[in-house]
Amino acid sequence: MAWAGKILRVNLTAGTCKSEPLNMKWARDYIGQRGLATKYYTEEVDAKVDPLSPDNKIIWATGPLTGTMASTGGRYSVITKGALTGAIACSNSGGYWGAELKMAGWDMIIFEGKSAKPVYLVIENDKAELHDAAFIWGKSVWETEPAIKAKHQEPQMRVSSIGRAGETGCLYAAVVNDLHRAAGRSGVGTVMGSKNLKAIAVRGTLGVGNIRDFKAFMQATVAAKKVLHDNAVTGQGLPTYGTQVLMNVINTMGALPTRNHRDVEFEGAKDISAEAMHEPRKSDGKANLVTNQACFGCTIACGRISKIDEKHFTVVNKPQYFGASGGLEYEAAWALGAANGVNDLEALTYANFICNEQGMDPISFGATVGAVMELYGMGVLTKAQLGIDAKFGSAEALTHFVEITVKGEGFGKEIAQGSKRLTAKYGHPDLSMSVKGQEFPAYDSRGIQGMGLAYATSNRGACHLRGYTVASEVLGIPVKTDPLVTEGKADLVKAFQDATAVFDSAGVCVFTTFAWTLADLAPQLAAACSSEFTLEELGKIGERVWNMERDFNNRAGFTGKDDSLPKRLMTEPAKTGPAKGLVSGLDKMLPDYYKARGWDKEGRLTKETKTRLGL
Amino acid sequence: MQKSLHINPDKCTGCLQCEMACSYENYGVFNPAKSRIKVFDFHEAGRKVPYTCTQCAEAWCLHACPVEAIKVDAATGAKMVMDDVCVGCKVCTIACPFGTVNYVQDTGKVQKCDLCGGDPACATACPTGAITYVDADWTGLERMKQWAGKLDNQASA
Repeated sequence: MAWAGKILRVNLTAGTCKSEPLNMKWARDYIGQRGLATKYYTEEVDAKVDPLSPDNKIIWATGPLTGTMASTGGRYSVITKGALTGAIACSNSGGYWGAELKMAGWDMIIFEGKSAKPVYLVIENDKAELHDAAFIWGKSVWETEPAIKAKHQEPQMRVSSIGRAGETGCLYAAVVNDLHRAAGRSGVGTVMGSKNLKAIAVRGTLGVGNIRDFKAFMQATVAAKKVLHDNAVTGQGLPTYGTQVLMNVINTMGALPTRNHRDVEFEGAKDISAEAMHEPRKSDGKANLVTNQACFGCTIACGRISKIDEKHFTVVNKPQYFGASGGLEYEAAWALGAANGVNDLEALTYANFICNEQGMDPISFGATVGAVMELYGMGVLTKAQLGIDAKFGSAEALTHFVEITVKGEGFGKEIAQGSKRLTAKYGHPDLSMSVKGQEFPAYDSRGIQGMGLAYATSNRGACHLRGYTVASEVLGIPVKTDPLVTEGKADLVKAFQDATAVFDSAGVCVFTTFAWTLADLAPQLAAACSSEFTLEELGKIGERVWNMERDFNNRAGFTGKDDSLPKRLMTEPAKTGPAKGLVSGLDKMLPDYYKARGWDKEGRLTKETKTRLGL
Repeated sequence: MQKSLHINPDKCTGCLQCEMACSYENYGVFNPAKSRIKVFDFHEAGRKVPYTCTQCAEAWCLHACPVEAIKVDAATGAKMVMDDVCVGCKVCTIACPFGTVNYVQDTGKVQKCDLCGGDPACATACPTGAITYVDADWTGLERMKQWAGKLDNQASA
């Protein structure tokens, strides 16, 4: 058990909310959250659907461990076809919202159709109702959350919503909950906005009580928490430095993509690193970092809470940004910083605040600005067009762009289309550092070869969270592999992809995998849900989820040709550092990967593979 | 020797393991809505603060109860609600200056922290040491030690 056993189906066209029993056969085959919601989605939606049409659906889904005492058991995912990519999208968020939905007695919410006018959904345990969102449409996430709580006189509500970016059609708009936790990538917020759905507010007081074997569950979760506590990464590194611990490490490896991937080392990395966030500022003697905080149920607590220097040019006369809020995580610090050559920590923190406030993915935004700055340097884009001198390294340009992009004003409208569309429009499609239309995160495929394959084959476009071989190639988890070679990477990428799919389906955070393997997760899932969830079975489910997503993408029109990297990474060798002279060896790894996957030469699932995985 | 729950908000990350442990201990369910300890979020200050009953020596709730449903556990010092006596009049919820006694719709009774009979589940579940269960006469010990540690010039003081 541990599933609530119930899903909510909301038809936005008709304005109806209906309860349905959860398909328990599918729950056993796909666990929950990413796997189970993608099963529902791919069964119900035509793969050729236009992501922004009323025919597309969008699902908020928890896992069976969401809302339990399992460490990090507070996750939810938003599943749809990505506005940015046209591929399957599944964006995962923490905070408290996912657990609240589960406590209200729901495993997931499926939205269909499109509302004629802006609405928001309110769930109070069994009761679900759509309300007129006129009073919050046009407002930020930071305004929307308190406004809904005040209107319903329920301060304990949790809210998942979009800001201006999702309303104005920015293709990488995020869904944000609890002010600064985000289902960030692929434009799931854009799809939400296209349906005139502003927010989902939940108050759940029923709790999670139907654990299969409570005693075994408590034993398994206590043991697993000890593993996290005793591990150097999850017990010390992440709580102290957050994911930002990587900034100096990856830079030293010559794998920190800099200035739109022209360079692989950033001379300003130390200025925007975890260590810099701890240092007292020269201006006011205070550190950027206020504290670390946790999401629901999390015993790691990697989250950064920061305050901007009140004298910094970005917040002069803007006291609304003086308070503490979600600070820089590694990917955002990289995308807003190194990708643009900007080393102003306070400016990056401000840009990150705006991304949270208005619901926008800082990775795709920052990486797109990187492309804009390169085009500006080439003279393709001009100051007259951009409204500002946009040379690499300009914090003023970065923060100007973030303000106009979230609102869809001026050139911000074009930045909001993402780097693929923008660079194509100006005649330089090769300068989009993306796969399947989604911008890279913070690891260079030349200096960490496995990540090149992971990006090229990621089902939601370039992404570090689908197969994080950095763990092995950099940190030696579970075993150290050489980041500069291609040998063995096909199997490594497949193993990471399959295991990650299980963690994303269970309701826990993928960061546990710095310490946990499936062997740590299996007893928790088995005690909570079903004795069928053995280690072996989980491995098979992970592979099934991956192939289900892949099959959807193939039916959507993606082929092996889309499992590619930008020309720059394949032909321009790294200029400096340990990877100097190397390009990505994707062409060497991809055939091995298809073979390991049981796909044909075009990257399609063979009949045998489908049969073997029960697809 | 009695012990007290001791809360250090500086160590709290807001994970709510304490709230789940409390509801599990008392109701067999993971449910912060039924927890007797609450973690408050002061977002703009970047602070998470757990708060629960301090077990007043002269307990307003106990004195206010018209049916004597609140008794003192002699071993732990906890002020305990006797469910079979409580009539759900809520006078104690008004009397308590700190808001730590609350009405439960499901049962028609009030609930408050009872120190789990001397082994508080919240303290056991807390992963950071923000909630501990310490000698009732020495709740200041840890803070005294911190300040003592700052005195590197004791000899000359």
